[in-house]
Amino acid sequence: MDVMSSAAPFRQDGSTIGDVCIVVPLYNEAPVIGGVIAQLRKHFAHVVCVDDGSHDGSGAIAERAGARVLRHPVNLGQGAALQTGISYARDISGIAYLVTFDADGQHRIEDVLGMLELARASDLAIVFGSRFLDNRTKAGWAKRIVLKTAVWVTNKTTGLRLSDAHNGLRVIRADAARKVNLVQDRMAHATEIVLQLSRTRLPWGEYPVEVLYTEYSRAKGQSLWNSINILVDLLIR
Amino acid sequence: MLIKIILVVGIIIIGVLLARPASGDRHLALRRLFMVFLVAVAIVAVLLPNWLTSLAHLIGVGRGTDLLLYVLVIAFLVFVSTTYRRNVLLDRKITLLTRAVTLAEARAEDAERSALGAEQESDGSEPSGGA
Repeated sequence: MDVMSSAAPFRQDGSTIGDVCIVVPLYNEAPVIGGVIAQLRKHFAHVVCVDDGSHDGSGAIAERAGARVLRHPVNLGQGAALQTGISYARDISGIAYLVTFDADGQHRIEDVLGMLELARASDLAIVFGSRFLDNRTKAGWAKRIVLKTAVWVTNKTTGLRLSDAHNGLRVIRADAARKVNLVQDRMAHATEIVLQLSRTRLPWGEYPVEVLYTEYSRAKGQSLWNSINILVDLLIR
Repeated sequence: MLIKIILVVGIIIIGVLLARPASGDRHLALRRLFMVFLVAVAIVAVLLPNWLTSLAHLIGVGRGTDLLLYVLVIAFLVFVSTTYRRNVLLDRKITLLTRAVTLAEARAEDAERSALGAEQESDGSEPSGGA
């Protein structure tokens, strides 16, 4: 399959895409969330942001930037926030695709548009973003080891052959989204969501994306310690 | 040497308990039976300290106090594993409850907004957004 598509189409007339809902789990990203949401809102009418009990005012910033903000009264974890967002978004009338998108600004909107184009053109129910299909993403060796381990565990448990796991960028068609019910509240949801989507037996694909490792995301990102937590979460439930 | 088998089997059982989904009623009944058994053994051990020592000798442990220590370690590990399981279940409940609250709040806000939007529309001013 040819996953390398041409330059993603930006809409010139200022109109926004209405049948796609962007789901952004949000926890304490005040410095960047305003910009991320504002960029998304230029292209998408529906941006749902789940504020997972932030205490730095992230939720209010996201709301001002134009997101529909749902609020968890207490902090539960990224997996729980994602599921809340998916549960809400898939019930919005007229939504054909859900897109999961990280709040820290490491994803590119051009990639989202490209993934949507691929999903529509090839009639795919799920498109996973992958940072390992090309060499654009600059990841350090430690991060590479962590991510490759995550890919290995994910492929072993799901039977899929993904080149990247724990990539926050995914396009999920509404019918597939209805089959998702994440119980992993923390980071292990990234493997769980692949498992549940693979069980739908719906057609899926991968799309090369670039993950932008900024100073900001590097300072916050998943550490080696987190990969141990993910493994334990997956083994003991 | 018997004590080694007992301790190893005890530790394995804890491991199995950890991996197994806890079923409510049987789990609770077992906990309560275990408590009754523990109380009975404790009383006997207080009244007849020599009994504990002879029991220890029987299974290859030097002293009754040593046996007590070993059993205590096993009991502690059981406590840790069951507490962990309970925490996982409790976390799950909190998550579901929090999600229900969040979605209920969101639906209430949506209803309010659409009512507001309808009002504005009847005033003649077009609400922004859409398609």
